[in-house]
Amino acid sequence: MNAVREYLGRNLRQYGIVAALIVIVVFFQVLTDGRLLYPDNVAALFQQNAYVMILAIGMMMVIIAGHIDLSVGSVVAFTGGLCAIMLTRWDMPWLLACLLTIVIGALVGMWQGFWVAYVGIPAFIVTLAGMLIFRGLTIVLVGTTVAGLPRDFNSISSGSLPNWFGFVGDLDVVTLCVGGIGIVAFAVTQWRSRSSLRKHDLAVEPMPAFVLKIAVTAVIIGVFTYWLSLSSGGTPIVLLIVGFLIIAYSFMLNRSVFGRHIYAVGGNRHAAVLSGVNARRVDFGIFVNMGALAGVAAIVTTARAGAGVATAGNNYELDAIAACFIGGAAVTGGVGKISGAMIGALIMGVLNMGLSIMAVDSAWQQTIKGMVLLAAVAFDMVNKRRTRLG
Amino acid sequence: MGDNDYILEMREITKEFPGVKALSDVTLSVRRGEVHAICGENGAGKSTLMNVLSGVYPHGSYDGTIVLNGKDCDFRSIRDSEARGVVIIHQELALIPYLSIAENIFLGNERSAAGIIDWNLAMRDASELLARVGLTDSPQVKAMDIGVGKQQLVEIAKALSKKVDLLILDEPTAALNDEDSAHLLALIAQFRDNGITCIIISHKLNEISAIADRVTIIRDGATIETLDLHGDEPVTEDRIIRSMVGRSMDSRFPDHTPVIGAEVLRVENWTVHHPIDSERLVVQDANITVHAGEIVGLAGLMGAGRTELAMSVFGRSYGSRISGTVYKDGKPVSMRTVSEAIGHGVAYTTEDRKRYGLNLIQTIRENISASALGKVAHWGIVGTEAEIKVAEKYRGDFRIKSPTVEAVVGKLSGGNQQKVVLSKWVNSDPDVLILDEPTRGIDVGAKYEIYGIINALADLGKAVIVISSELPELIGLCDRTYAMSQGRITGEVARADATQETLMQYMTMGKGAAV
Repeated sequence: MNAVREYLGRNLRQYGIVAALIVIVVFFQVLTDGRLLYPDNVAALFQQNAYVMILAIGMMMVIIAGHIDLSVGSVVAFTGGLCAIMLTRWDMPWLLACLLTIVIGALVGMWQGFWVAYVGIPAFIVTLAGMLIFRGLTIVLVGTTVAGLPRDFNSISSGSLPNWFGFVGDLDVVTLCVGGIGIVAFAVTQWRSRSSLRKHDLAVEPMPAFVLKIAVTAVIIGVFTYWLSLSSGGTPIVLLIVGFLIIAYSFMLNRSVFGRHIYAVGGNRHAAVLSGVNARRVDFGIFVNMGALAGVAAIVTTARAGAGVATAGNNYELDAIAACFIGGAAVTGGVGKISGAMIGALIMGVLNMGLSIMAVDSAWQQTIKGMVLLAAVAFDMVNKRRTRLG
Repeated sequence: MGDNDYILEMREITKEFPGVKALSDVTLSVRRGEVHAICGENGAGKSTLMNVLSGVYPHGSYDGTIVLNGKDCDFRSIRDSEARGVVIIHQELALIPYLSIAENIFLGNERSAAGIIDWNLAMRDASELLARVGLTDSPQVKAMDIGVGKQQLVEIAKALSKKVDLLILDEPTAALNDEDSAHLLALIAQFRDNGITCIIISHKLNEISAIADRVTIIRDGATIETLDLHGDEPVTEDRIIRSMVGRSMDSRFPDHTPVIGAEVLRVENWTVHHPIDSERLVVQDANITVHAGEIVGLAGLMGAGRTELAMSVFGRSYGSRISGTVYKDGKPVSMRTVSEAIGHGVAYTTEDRKRYGLNLIQTIRENISASALGKVAHWGIVGTEAEIKVAEKYRGDFRIKSPTVEAVVGKLSGGNQQKVVLSKWVNSDPDVLILDEPTRGIDVGAKYEIYGIINALADLGKAVIVISSELPELIGLCDRTYAMSQGRITGEVARADATQETLMQYMTMGKGAAV
């Protein structure tokens, strides 16, 4: 029991935000008379917030390295506008257009990364400039709107996986399969990593905690899957995109040399440089990556709007930054997880949706989201002061 | 001037930090109108004593009494001590580079009425003060546009603006060239004639002989003696040195018989300039050689240029306008970046492990693998098991006291942190290890273990350079020791000839005396 308590204590922050998410969900579930968690609303939650989650992945890496990116909203508009132009004016196949959009995003990231990493201008300034530059360029290129996008492209955001296997009762079988694969994959990878740790006589979570974790996760995925399969569409395609990115980037941050270097540079830049880490290349890399992910977010946003819009992506940078800090990133860098950023994004998303269902005025919505951000970071600061490192 | 007219008496000052007694029963008496020098090795407690005096450590955080002008003092902050005429000028200058000289002089003490600054008055007063320290620059010039020598004088002008009785200068000439130093010393002599008492902390014994009236020697947090330089008996520099060292050889050292092989690293005609002030020489024409299996010491007082020499060799991590040649195994090599240095088998562990050595918010495992992540990775993906194995190996070999390698490094003790740093660099599989103050801030037991690790590394045929401020440590550990003073290698001493006195003589050697 002691071991369990100690384990929980060490991961207080991580559980803290999960608990906060649950509290907020329950709160709105009650206030909206259960409407918040209608199956269609749950599906819509992901469709509406996919862009924040995608951007927050890249933003988390930028913040871990000790930087910030204020330009992502404008970059989303810029790359999204170009994507729409490629699709309509140049009649490009939609898959190729998507690929090029991501490449353009990466090029934008190279531009910003160059100034930050190799000229040494603080990222705050570079991306503030980028925010103006790319918004301006978008208006030049797009005008106000480029409409008439192909239906295949639009279904990236609004569509769901086709109902290949029919229904069981009201349940979409494809969705159930996806959920089932998810549960099994989670349990297997957790088990494998645990036994590998045990093989080296390393501390693992106590068995009850481990089983509890698997069981709780399985139940959550199970309920979620069941619920989603009741929705009119089944599994939204963006959910798969986001899911893939979460898994890929979590692996990258934890296991790749590049990911490790990001934490090293953010945690103690001097020590990293004196250990032979090329800090400039790390800085450059995270901005290129942020640009590419902004391209992905642009595809999702443009597909959802069904048009390239010059004002698209307004304030997206703030949503992404807020998600990261609510999700446990440290202002000083060196700390943060993809999972944290995702929960942060969900908290913001649930707030948005709950407040909208309750028809709260959008001015108040902003105020409330601001207070939540402040409270989350304040909690973090107080918590850190209490457990200050020696 | 009555012989017993003391402006300052510090009696039985004892100051403890968690786990360390920095000062024990220190007594210091300063006569009115004299220049009183304080001498001691690095870490002897000089700065701590001055911080107690100036209120940086508030009354109550130390034991003992301070009597200034016949009255007891209970300073709670620097403001309190300045109100009583005690002003300290730290070694690290505290000027704000973007403000003008006048703004700097009156910072926190503005010439103002009802919160509105009277700039005309400020400029006039600043000009007067500058004239008193022999500066002719306009008070409107920005602090960053004048050299270090003049900045030091501005600091003194700032002190004078506060109606100073007792001026404390911590290593005032450490960063100055000969000309500026001479000017500063003349100024101090002039203050003495005007009735200002000065306490000067310095490593430069020739300066002390030239200017001080009396000198108090502190060693290991205790007053050793106070010598009168104008007394009947002449006080030689040797006499001061004998008092400064004499630290007992009570640390234990593991037995070790070196097996010295071929030359591994040779640095020739190495010259380094200050990274910002690129006119200032930090290391000058240094030549050092290390052989396989050999432990070579690098002795020197603060500001001698030991760390600067080491870091400039290690991938040019310090300095500007670096010249000279590095030979590895007899062949000249390029080490312009840290990765190149690591590639050539050179490792450097920093003297400041918290700032430059470790990522305190990460685990032991992540820190140990940081300098050689490539060794446990394939195709850019870190192999978790390989990494854990490596970390566990060092946890066992170096006896890092932690239940697992997943502990956060910031929570370990100093000794264990140092072992993590050593693990990290031994893991990069170097031929040459440069260890900068490897036992700083570590308890005796852990020191002994670190010495054992260093000996074991030498036995594996590694060439080891140890930079240390503790002379007994260099004598007990090193097969050969270089001494540095003011950027030059001033001496080379074999183990058989190494005594604290010989080393300290080389370490305090003035310019022009270099070998």
